[in-house]
Amino acid sequence: MARRGRRAALGAAGASLMLLAALPAAGQTATEPGIAAGDRKSGRDFLAPETRAQQDDLSINPGMLWVEQGEKLWREAAGAGAKACASCHGDPSALKGVAARYPAYDARLQRLLNLEGRIQNCRLEHQRAAPLPYESQALLALTALVAHQSRGLPLNVATKGPARPFLAAGRAMFFTQQGQLSISCAQCHDDNWGKRLRAERISQGQPNGFPTYRLEWQTTGSLHRRLRACFQGVRAEPFAAGSPELVALELYLAARARGLPIETPAVRR
Amino acid sequence: MPATRIVLPARARKGEVVEIKTIITHPMETGYRRDHVGLAIARDIITRFTCTYAGEEVFRMDLFTGVAANPFVGFTTLATETGEVVFEWTDQHGTVTREQRRLVVV
Ligand code: HEC
Ligand code: HEC
Repeated sequence: MARRGRRAALGAAGASLMLLAALPAAGQTATEPGIAAGDRKSGRDFLAPETRAQQDDLSINPGMLWVEQGEKLWREAAGAGAKACASCHGDPSALKGVAARYPAYDARLQRLLNLEGRIQNCRLEHQRAAPLPYESQALLALTALVAHQSRGLPLNVATKGPARPFLAAGRAMFFTQQGQLSISCAQCHDDNWGKRLRAERISQGQPNGFPTYRLEWQTTGSLHRRLRACFQGVRAEPFAAGSPELVALELYLAARARGLPIETPAVRR
Repeated sequence: MPATRIVLPARARKGEVVEIKTIITHPMETGYRRDHVGLAIARDIITRFTCTYAGEEVFRMDLFTGVAANPFVGFTTLATETGEVVFEWTDQHGTVTREQRRLVVV
């Protein structure tokens, strides 16, 4: 299998990673390491049939509780301006397709924003309301609501222009061996997907289902919560949820997942 | 207040088997876990779920600490007459979460 060879090549490629980072965007060159576009698989493909059914049937998908909570919050006025999300955006369905292009660079704020960051900014700047902490139920609910509007649409983030340095930083992190176990994201999710790690089957580590209802958590969580768990898995000190480092990593993950359909709210083990 | 999600058809033919699905947000805290400083987390669970249809109980279930958070319960009943379908979740403190839907039978 081609994937095996890459792992060995990567081990000796610390220096050439810097070069790779300077190459064009994900999936555009033959030299790009990782998973070929035709082999891209959602985490859904690695689930037991019952869990998959739980995700697909929205009437039993527990993540829909957060989407419905998000619908309530969407209509509630908040902050000094006494405006609701609905006051400016109308129906949530008006934001169909938005989640597919996040994280995105905002030229005015000069920042890379993921969906949570965008919603936090609307809350702060446009509603002049108290910030919603990352991983709070309210932010998860609103993010799930907005991402759910794009369910089925293919991920398609911009990676050129001002997004380029963020993509490079995210990609570098993906290939850096980390933690006391000194393992990179790529070593699990590019080189060993489909294999077993104790009781779990390793997926490709795709970001297309978040916020996700995870059975182990018994609740809905953000992509950053999941990423922090992966950092902890290799005994590395994780970056904070919502930190620029994780948003850059999220951009690389989204570019690497280009074309995969959004599944929010996904259900995972 | 827990959030609930109920799925059942708005109408059914007399004699038809109707599928009903419910979820409620609830931690279903077992009482066996400890927090980050080692203190026991108090038990907090739903102990009973019932469904009545046109005044008659059609489903009842006792829940225990082994049930995961945000319990999903699905069951079926026979469409007999047009009436209210009432769902009640009772927690260990006796607090009741109640939801109601109308089933029209033609
Ligand atoms: C006072 C008006 C206003 C309110 C209230 C508001 N927004 Fe926004 N929103 C905007 C504007 C303007 C933009 C465009 C980006 C910018 O300038 O901040 C935007 C952009 C967005 C985007 C990105 C759209 C895209 O195409 O990239 C999302 C998602 C969003 N808002 C969600 C929300 C949510 C969720 C709420 C409620 C918590 C909310 N907004 C409240 C004005 C508002
Ligand atoms: C030791 C192996 C290992 C490493 C290293 C690792 N992960 Fe994971 N990752 C897992 C396992 C196991 C899961 C849960 C099962 C699955 O979906 O693969 C997971 C899940 C994920 C998911 C959720 C996938 C889904 O469908 O919901 C993402 C995203 C992810 N990892 C990204 C990363 C990133 C980014 C890194 C590097 C910071 C990383 N992982 C490092 C093993 C690993």
